[in-house]
Amino acid sequence: MTTLIVIACYLCLLLTLGFFSNRLFRGTSKDYFVASHSIGPFLLLMSVFGTTMTAFALVGSTGKSFERGIGTYGLMASISGLVHAGIFFLIGIRLWAFGKKYGYITQIQFFRDRFDSDKLGYFLFPILVLLVVPYLLIGIIGAGKTIEPVTAGAFPTFFTNPSAPPWLGGIPPWLTGLVVCLVVLSYVFMGGSRGAAFANTFQTIVFMVMGVVAFIFIINALGGIENAGKIPARITDQSAIVQDYRYDKKQASIVANEPPRVIGKVLSSESDDVVNQQPHFWRETTQVEFKKKNPKTGELSFFERELGYSFITFVTYLFIPLSVGMFPHLFQHWLTAKSAKSFRLTVIAHPLCIMVVWVPCVLVGAWASGVLPPGIPPPAVLSAMLNLLVGDPILIGLLTAGVLAAIMSSLDSQFLCLGTIFTNDIVVHRAGKKRYTDKQIISIARIFIICIVTLTYFLAMLAKDANVFDLAIWCFSGFSALFPLVFAALYWKRATKQGAIASIAAAVLSWLYYFHLSGYGGEYLVGPGIVPAAICFAAASVAMVVVSLVTDPPSPQTVAKFFPENNSKS
Amino acid sequence: MGKRMVWFLFILMFFLHQDFWWWDHSFLILGFLPIGLAYHGIFSIACAILGWAAVRFAWPEELEKFAESSDQSK
Repeated sequence: MTTLIVIACYLCLLLTLGFFSNRLFRGTSKDYFVASHSIGPFLLLMSVFGTTMTAFALVGSTGKSFERGIGTYGLMASISGLVHAGIFFLIGIRLWAFGKKYGYITQIQFFRDRFDSDKLGYFLFPILVLLVVPYLLIGIIGAGKTIEPVTAGAFPTFFTNPSAPPWLGGIPPWLTGLVVCLVVLSYVFMGGSRGAAFANTFQTIVFMVMGVVAFIFIINALGGIENAGKIPARITDQSAIVQDYRYDKKQASIVANEPPRVIGKVLSSESDDVVNQQPHFWRETTQVEFKKKNPKTGELSFFERELGYSFITFVTYLFIPLSVGMFPHLFQHWLTAKSAKSFRLTVIAHPLCIMVVWVPCVLVGAWASGVLPPGIPPPAVLSAMLNLLVGDPILIGLLTAGVLAAIMSSLDSQFLCLGTIFTNDIVVHRAGKKRYTDKQIISIARIFIICIVTLTYFLAMLAKDANVFDLAIWCFSGFSALFPLVFAALYWKRATKQGAIASIAAAVLSWLYYFHLSGYGGEYLVGPGIVPAAICFAAASVAMVVVSLVTDPPSPQTVAKFFPENNSKS
Repeated sequence: MGKRMVWFLFILMFFLHQDFWWWDHSFLILGFLPIGLAYHGIFSIACAILGWAAVRFAWPEELEKFAESSDQSK
């Protein structure tokens, strides 16, 4: 119950911040959508970083490391440090410049102008919505998975049907999702993009600080930093996978299992030398079979899992972080910047912020392989580790608030962004700017945001058992496939309207094809381990280049408008 | 150092990211960090240094001036 009170206090604090940002709201649509281009370097860094790190970063990375090991960091985090910073520098600043100069609020406004095509906007809008929705879902699902284990026992008579028997009485995912949606909705409703920027900054600081605090407490519980390195599951000379230690709650310390507890066996491995290896600490692919006990019936069953990553998967994963170049909510954050200089801190510090958050999460996931049952759902690993190793309910409440902070700092921007593009690119665009007053435009955006929040909530309840990491990867893959569109728009004068439409079509069709093959959100690799995003990206790039070259080039006016360097040279 | 050097380092970093040479190693650095994770942690720090170099030596001044200039041509 104490844990729950701490979490509730945090949510109230967030609502207070929403009221505060509402007081700073200037009442104009420009302020609601892009904070009147007033956000400085620190707020920009925190809001951009908070937006890109969601349940995927904390809950998903810990779960994935628990499933596959420390290769998860190189696979997603370190490459994101490079690619994201590169995109902020090459794409973000340029888009901000055009947004500031020509008054854009949304991506679609830019693309419509750049490709001189009204229809392009109507074509792109449903695709952006289709791709943002899974991103929203992972936030709500991740929140639900996090809260239930840490509040277990709080209301045993109210919540009698938990996701797993040990979590009896915990707040069920449907209620967590509902509360999270309402809190986010409240401060986005009140403060718009300024409210989202303030809330993101506050929440990003909270989840970074709490992440470090959680890490320190977990290390202490595991018997110190060096002892923690001995904890992960190990392979014996009999090819069995064993847990050498367990956490004894009575003694509040790690004790050795005598004999080691067998949790599975190795089926095959790329490496010949697996004896005494901790497979979560390397990246060689190893097929294993784990035991799983049905918590309700006590019946034993077996399931297979692949640890590590193939090299080809690792290489082709670099296409996934390209997605940030096309995130509509990030575009909106870029446009809030006061000046181009505001980007400087983000370009430099973003990779470091990623490191501060991801390294502890990935380590905790790998360590969890040595103390948690292998069959535990990956999204529940982080909260299960907190529950097992950090006994203090106040601290667990604060740490869980940190996880919620990471989740909500993305949800707010995404909700706001969908409201913004619907209002500006569909309603106002069709009716004309003079048709509505500024107040009416803000009201339309708010109504659409309420509709999207409601829809997302119900979809999240339907997909409540989805793997957060895998679903996020599908969302990112779709946006990565659209990356050639924004890159060509900014850097290739010859890119045409027809090329843009062909590129979008190729991206979406190839993405839908692989998404279908994956069983709508499961892990899926092509051939020797190529991620579908790489193929979708290639298809979209080829379509852009080929179709642009066989169609009429853009008008000289369009080229002059979007390639200002040429004008200054000539 | 100029723009070309920043571009060269940016591309070089993509190659350095593919550390196949540590793939089947799991020895610990400082007693707790597996080498595959330690390497990529350092890689993240290198990305930040490259970001600083890009800001310092390849900053798009002309784009900044373009955005701040007053002639709105929409």
